[in-house]
Amino acid sequence: MGSENNLIISSRLAKNYKRNLIERMIEFGLLCSGIVAIFITLAIIYVLVSEAIPFFQHVSMKDFLTDTVWTPNYSIKHYGILPLISGTLTTTGIALIVAVPLGTITAIYLSEFASHKVREIIKPILELLVGVPTVVFGYFALMLVTPMLQKIYPDLTTFNMLGPGIVMGIMIVPYIASVAEDSMRAVPMAIREGAYAMGATRFQTAIKVVTPAAISGIVAAYILAISRAVGETMIVAIAAGQQPNFTFNPVESAATITSYIVSVALGDLEHGGIGYQSIFAAGLTLLIMTLLINILGHMVRKKYAERY
Amino acid sequence: MIKQKKASNLKDLNVIRKMISNHKKYDFMFAGLGTIVIASLTITLLVLFLDLVIDGYPKFNLDFLSNFPSRRAARAGILSAWVGSSLVLLVTFFVAVPLGVASGIYLEEYAKKNWFSDLIEINVSNLAGVPSIIYGLLALGLFVYSFGLGQSILTAGLTLALLMLPIVIVSTREAIRAIPVHIREAAYAVGATKWQVCHNHVIQYAYGGILTGIIIGMARAIGETAPVITIGALTFIAFLPPSPIGLEPPFINFDWLDAGFSVLPIQMFNWISRPQHAFHVNAAATGAIIIILTLLMNGLAIKLRYNIRKKIKW
Repeated sequence: MGSENNLIISSRLAKNYKRNLIERMIEFGLLCSGIVAIFITLAIIYVLVSEAIPFFQHVSMKDFLTDTVWTPNYSIKHYGILPLISGTLTTTGIALIVAVPLGTITAIYLSEFASHKVREIIKPILELLVGVPTVVFGYFALMLVTPMLQKIYPDLTTFNMLGPGIVMGIMIVPYIASVAEDSMRAVPMAIREGAYAMGATRFQTAIKVVTPAAISGIVAAYILAISRAVGETMIVAIAAGQQPNFTFNPVESAATITSYIVSVALGDLEHGGIGYQSIFAAGLTLLIMTLLINILGHMVRKKYAERY
Repeated sequence: MIKQKKASNLKDLNVIRKMISNHKKYDFMFAGLGTIVIASLTITLLVLFLDLVIDGYPKFNLDFLSNFPSRRAARAGILSAWVGSSLVLLVTFFVAVPLGVASGIYLEEYAKKNWFSDLIEINVSNLAGVPSIIYGLLALGLFVYSFGLGQSILTAGLTLALLMLPIVIVSTREAIRAIPVHIREAAYAVGATKWQVCHNHVIQYAYGGILTGIIIGMARAIGETAPVITIGALTFIAFLPPSPIGLEPPFINFDWLDAGFSVLPIQMFNWISRPQHAFHVNAAATGAIIIILTLLMNGLAIKLRYNIRKKIKW
């Protein structure tokens, strides 16, 4: 009898051991998948830096940051990143001029004015707008928006920064609207009720009470929008022309950092050549820009975060 | 004296009434403004869609789907592009979904709250904010040259998988977080191991939410252009990759992973860049197909999420 019991116990222990082993293996597998995210980040930094280092051995950092001409394909080569940055900033600026008011109004309307029913219809439409591929937006900018702008302003060239900037603005409205709306909806009802009890109207409550209370989320939404616009590629590559041009004039054509990378990738890439390395230097600049923007966003959120 | 007071009261009342009605005007004005803004956004989406459909209408026929790209716009089609897109997405799906779901489960169910899980978390949210073209550069340096995978379907699939990964991770985590603790406690109480709890309960209940994230991620991958161009895939492709399914044993082969390819958005971009109008018609038709696919998928995801929210009451 005793030996039979022992047998049962030992078989249970063996089963337990097997069970624990499987558990450990699964946990290890899951851990490995979790670590992939870290590896991707490290790989991005490694690839960009290691390909950009030979570039900076060839081009001095001072030229890169101060030269106002970017002509890697001409016989006299210049590698000044400023024209690409000016293009990036101009298109981003136009996009923000369009997207910030539209996105903020949409957010305030959805959060404070719209009925539940209206919100249930509008939010999916905004999500669909987020899903539209950027290459389609690029077509839209080149074939529809620029010709329309040319009717108002006949001197506008086919490739310009205004059209793609506006379309980019439309593209980022839903980002601003949804993040800003979320933060406005997180403002407790009691604060609104307080305002109403003092006799404030809906508009006064929305502008003077809810918006200031949600300001950290709203600014975070703007910053998210900036980083989207800076990294946006296809719209500008299609509709802004791909000619680097040191200008902040929206009616001129220009290249952004991203559209330069695309235009080089479209040609024959000589692996290890200076042209090949230059896109990694440009990519590194872009990454640093978006990183700085994101850190700024993080700081703003921390500084103005309201605790209820 | 009393009369005077009454009159001044009335006057005050009128002033107040006037002030209220003045302020109420702003309410109406803002509601009107909001309606106009939202209506114009909706109209923009409609115009975008109709513009593509109307411009591309002449190409809506089966020949367009079964022809290779060609120098002559009239005979050009998107056969190689849609086959390429499907195969690339197949790779993306099989890489991003297991990795993303596993890492979401790890972060929510297994990871202890310490600096290490914080590090992973920061990385995931950072990766979601990295511009897509940077992933293209990563793929160019790493997959194409360091790993020697070339400009193949495998490279493109892996690249898009990297892009899709944060979306899958975030949606997995959100879906898991919505499951109340007592479900897990009940399972543990009857002697389930951690993995049994995850596998038989957590994943089952989070299934809908995870699926929503996967669909949204796939919809993004279909339309993603910049990273695929960056790996150098914009070439004239007038052939199909070897078929994944063969008639002879072993029936499945993986030669197609190494094949050159084109995808729908790249084909569209290629046609937009041509000066001739006839190619723009092709571009519009391709764009219409892409946008219909992405709208359908996003619509499905939204519907799915809506149903989950309605159905599940813990």
